[in-house]
Amino acid sequence: MSLSVLRGPARGYLIQAALLVALVATGMWLWSNAEANMAARGLRFGFGFLDRSAGIPIGESLIPYTPADTYRQALTVGLLNTLRVAIIGCILATVLGVVLGLARLSTNPMLRSLTGGYIEVIRNTPLVLQLVFWHAVMLQMPSVRQALNPLPGVFLSQRGLKIPALMADPALYAFLAALAAGAIGWWVLLRRERARQVETGERRPTILPGLAMLLGFPALSIAAGFVPRVEWPEMAGFNFEGGLALSPEFFALLVGLVVYTAAFVAEIVRSGIQSVHRGQWEAARALGLPGGRIMRLVILPQALRVIIPPMTSQYLNLTKNSSLAVVIGYPDLVSVANTSINQTGQAIEVITIFMTIYLAMSLVTSALMNWYNARVALMER
Amino acid sequence: MKWSMLAAAAAAFVSLGASEALAGRDLDQIKQRNTLRCGVQGPSNPGFGVPDSQGRWSGFNVEVCRAIAITIFGDPNRVEFVPVTTQSRFPALSAGEVDVLSNNTTWTLTRDSNVNRFNQPAITFYDGQAIMVPRRLNVTSARQLNGATVCVQPGTTTELNLADFFRANNLRFTPVVIADLDELRRAYDSGRCDVFTNDFAALAAQRTLLTRPADHVILPERLSKEPLAVTIRQGDEELTNIVAWTTFALIDAEELGITQANVEQIATTSTNPVVRRLLGVEGNMGESLGAARPDYVRQIIRTFGNYGEMFERHLGTSTPLGLERGMNNIWTRGGLLYAPPAR
Repeated sequence: MSLSVLRGPARGYLIQAALLVALVATGMWLWSNAEANMAARGLRFGFGFLDRSAGIPIGESLIPYTPADTYRQALTVGLLNTLRVAIIGCILATVLGVVLGLARLSTNPMLRSLTGGYIEVIRNTPLVLQLVFWHAVMLQMPSVRQALNPLPGVFLSQRGLKIPALMADPALYAFLAALAAGAIGWWVLLRRERARQVETGERRPTILPGLAMLLGFPALSIAAGFVPRVEWPEMAGFNFEGGLALSPEFFALLVGLVVYTAAFVAEIVRSGIQSVHRGQWEAARALGLPGGRIMRLVILPQALRVIIPPMTSQYLNLTKNSSLAVVIGYPDLVSVANTSINQTGQAIEVITIFMTIYLAMSLVTSALMNWYNARVALMER
Repeated sequence: MKWSMLAAAAAAFVSLGASEALAGRDLDQIKQRNTLRCGVQGPSNPGFGVPDSQGRWSGFNVEVCRAIAITIFGDPNRVEFVPVTTQSRFPALSAGEVDVLSNNTTWTLTRDSNVNRFNQPAITFYDGQAIMVPRRLNVTSARQLNGATVCVQPGTTTELNLADFFRANNLRFTPVVIADLDELRRAYDSGRCDVFTNDFAALAAQRTLLTRPADHVILPERLSKEPLAVTIRQGDEELTNIVAWTTFALIDAEELGITQANVEQIATTSTNPVVRRLLGVEGNMGESLGAARPDYVRQIIRTFGNYGEMFERHLGTSTPLGLERGMNNIWTRGGLLYAPPAR
């Protein structure tokens, strides 16, 4: 009787249940241990500190922040800084990685070996070292008083990049709305033409009318009197005032992460493309398709199925690697959290917060990539 | 930095025992281990604590720890020095990675009270936050610094004072916050920041490491009071006493004119009962304190000299730091050093 239970389908459930019990027990043991140790050290667990005034200065922030604000706001500033570098980093790393991956497959031996060298050097040196290197490069820029001024209103110095900013007022919103309308118009046009091509087999150019909409609508809004106002950076006292600033720490971190991750992306793209059978190329060529469209219509859709899953890990890596920002002083989530721990003594609470946030970011990224992967996989015929 | 923080949290989760708070627990552990683990500023802070090429530490804060080791063990070498940063020091102390911090930690209410659960038995150095700027900026007062970029270490009172000062004076500033002091100094040295702020003595130490120290001035204002104290965990009265009275002994010795050179002679010839008690010739002060030997003060002075000698050797006007005694002088000479009576 007992043997039949061990052999039947119930066995799986039994093992699962035992594992679950073990997991819960371990969790409870860890928790009670932490509680006992905290009690022994007189620490009290709680998140009340989040509403206390933080008093810590933060160098750059996407939302208004002063040291008088609370720890909750300080941590939000850190989170937004992490998201900013992670999102921009993932996009740029993908672009650079795809370009490098294609160059690695080029028939030009010079290009092929150069990208090969880049990938090997970058992949095989520690990221922290590269970040310190990029930070040092940024510090070698001219001092703020001798800032490079390549274009009117653009200043490059040790303090980072200063560019003119558009002022947030109704004119800017109207302008942006017009721009969005242009983009949507282009997209609708593309869909209509795609449907038309399927029906009639005729291809008509979409670039010119599309561009006309994208640029024409904003031009119309300006003509209607909605002129966005520009704020120019100006030297005042110690620094440039006004305009939009990219700090050297942000720049160094972004460049470091992009350059590093792109090397891995390049290898993923290369392996993905090479996984598509030669016969596919030959068949496409036999149909008379030009090279660019072979890549876009035949090879990439099949390669993407191989490329997407490892790309997810690269995006996750980049996001998590952004926590190395502490080394060069970019105020990301971990950096702000570290300082908060120091000033409040609430180590377990703050670490719980940032672990939860990183976990959430990773899960959202995975979910998005899995959704995209499923879409790509469905195209298999 | 981050790693030790995580390690501290992990240690809080995993470490067994230490579940009941007995008085003398920390001291018992130190004696069992036969070494004192002393947290000093990493990677280094000239004058206060610097490792040589063999990894042997020297400096003012280092000698304070060695003096405590003499009181506990009768041996200045039973100390293991652990470099900590401003961010990793408190988790390291809480988790028991170090027994004492001798790393220019400011005595504040939150640190001393329930929040961090530390104890700061005695002040070893009176400091105040200062501001350093390149000479060519022609700045003479901190109030002219509106809009400046400021290099500052995270997790310090300095960071908070800085924010307070600029807020109180209605000035704006951009902080550049880097935990590693060397990396931070490089950022200032290269011009990334207009201003470098830290405690005055630490700033003087960092100035010696700049490419051209003479091109930088430390402004006369002090943004804060920074009483730097040896820091331990709360809950061990005996260790508290040892730390406090070791520091007081150094101060007392200077006040009584006892130096490295004359300590043996004074111990054998002095008829002053105060001196005789301090040096363990009469009375049982060493025993009351729980010191390893009755003449622990004599051994400390013989090894390192009194407070003034330690100061002059590592921080004084004859060193690259060139600090005046100022507040760190004996009370009878206009300073703030005042030890309670050893009797």
